[in-house]
Formats: sequence, structure tokens, C-alpha cells
Amino acid sequence: MTPSRALPEFVLALGDDSLVLGQRLSEWCGKAPFLEEDIAIANVALDYLGRAEKFYRYVSELEGGRRSVDEIAFLRDSRAYRNLLIFELPVGDFARTMARQFMVDAFHLPYLRRLSRSADARIGAIAAEAVKESRYHLKRSREWVLCLGGGTRESRGRIQRAFDALWGYGPEMFEMDRHEKALIESGVSVDRSALKAKWQASMTDLLAQAGLKVPDREWSIAGGRDGVHTEHHGYLLAEMQYMQRAYPGLAW
Amino acid sequence: MKLPLYEVFVRSKRGLDHRHVGSLHAEDGGQALKLARDCYTRRGEGVSIWVVRSGDIVASQEEDAASFFDPSDDKPYRHATFYRLPPEVKNL
Repeated sequence: MTPSRALPEFVLALGDDSLVLGQRLSEWCGKAPFLEEDIAIANVALDYLGRAEKFYRYVSELEGGRRSVDEIAFLRDSRAYRNLLIFELPVGDFARTMARQFMVDAFHLPYLRRLSRSADARIGAIAAEAVKESRYHLKRSREWVLCLGGGTRESRGRIQRAFDALWGYGPEMFEMDRHEKALIESGVSVDRSALKAKWQASMTDLLAQAGLKVPDREWSIAGGRDGVHTEHHGYLLAEMQYMQRAYPGLAW
Repeated sequence: MKLPLYEVFVRSKRGLDHRHVGSLHAEDGGQALKLARDCYTRRGEGVSIWVVRSGDIVASQEEDAASFFDPSDDKPYRHATFYRLPPEVKNL
């Protein structure tokens, strides 16, 4: 893979991660546990949608305008999506949403910090903006994990089951795909695998503080970067893409 | 779910006062501050936020209004404008 072909693929994957998680989080809009949290979580969803838009716009430019941002977001099928699996998993209950959020926020913050120094100035600028958002996201999800872990038997049980169910989706965040590897030498991409040990330490640390057990069953699943998704992915796309599929070219 | 109520004050610019903008429910002060950020400052309204438990505010009561405020109604001399300024004072 030549670096020039790898670049749009790399940026597309970053956009897909953001769009899919943004779509998932927006499912809480109108249904969060209480009004204030409803607004807060929709805010986080919008941060991700904004990120996706910036990455897709760059992809569109790199492709010479062959596809618009909307076409990239709404007219691809599941196999063409490159997002990591953890982002597409259903929101589940509120504990499941926050456990996933803590796992991805604890990855995003150090990752985006490094990506903000990318040799590609455009990627660096998008990442630098996103660092600020993720720092806030991490504060939120961290506190929710502590709150639910230190809450009632019910809330503790839910947040523990959430981490147990999500645990095997963590390692994929630190696996390098071939496009990223092709862009490492030029300093455009970041070696995600180098971030894993610190991430695991921050997981262990917070779970201990929250009085939760680190899941001990070792398992992991991957495939998102190759377009091999969970059975949930198609339903997510069906809902998200409905308008653009039903009314081609629709614009707001 | 019964969460305590907090009052939210936002300072819109350095040098200005914090102004009451509304209230919200939260688990504790830290969460109230974050939720206030999301509920009241998402369009760049502020540079600083205060939150305070609504229950901690001591407020004057409607039924005391007569004794609290009416006595000052007929004392216009308490306003600085009551006094005539000497001609030497210009920029007041």
C-alpha cells in the first residue's frame, strides 16, 4: 500500500469511528435518565458527529471531490465501513453506554494528543480540536463509572456486567491496520499499539477505585477495520441512512 | 429519581458579574458544574460558572415584602440624585 492511497483510507477510518459512535450516543436523545444528562450526552454525540464531518470533508478533498461528505456518510454499506467494533455496539442500558464511553475516552485522549502532532497538518488540526472535547468526555465517563460503581447493588451490578460484556472489544483499539502502518514512517499516523499498556493501567486503576473487578476472562474480537462488523452494524446504518436512501440527494 | 437542585450562575465575560441563568438537578456539586457547562454554556455564553445548592440559598419571603421593601419607597433622599451638585463637580 503506497502512502498516498493509504492516507484517505486512514482518514476515512477515523471518520467512521466518530460517526458511528456519534450515531449511537444520539440514540439517548430524549431518553437519558434525566433531562440534564440528556442534554449533556447529546452534546457528546454532537462532538463526535462534528469530528466525523471534518474527517469526511478531508477524505472528499483527498479524493478530488469524487464523493461528497453526505455520500461518504450515507451511501456506503456495512462492509465499506472501517469503524472499530466497540463504537458500533448497541447503547444497552446507561451503565453499558458509560462503560463503553470510559473505555473509548481513555483511549481517545492519549491517542488524539499524539495525532495532534501528525505530520499531516490537517489531521493534526482536527485532532487538536478533538483533544479538548475528549478531555471533557473522559471526566464525564470517569465520574459516571465511579458513581454507578459506588451506588446501589443494582447500579454496581449493571456497570460490572457492562465491563464484562465490553472487555473483549478493547484490544482492537490498539491493533494497527495496514494503512496506518504505511503512514507511520512519514509521521502521519500514530502507533496505537504503544498506547495499550497505559490504557490497561488506567482501566485497572479506575475499576479498582469504583470497587469493580477487572474482567478476568481473556478474549478479544476484531475486524472493524476490514469491514467485518457485528450484526448490529447493519441496523445502525439502516436507521442512520434512511433519509438519504429514501430521498436521494436530500439536503438540509 | 430525586436529585438535589442546584442554581447556576454564569459569568459571560471577564470583569462582569456572575448572573443567575437557571437551575438543574445533579448528584453533587462536581456533576452540577459539568451539567451546567452542557446545559447553559454550549453556545459560548460563559467563561466561569458557579453552582450552589438551591437549599443553601436564604431568600427573602413574599409575605415579608411589605416590611422589607415598602419603608424605602418614601425616602427619595437616599438616592444620590436628591442632592444638588456644586458646579465644581463635573464628571459624576
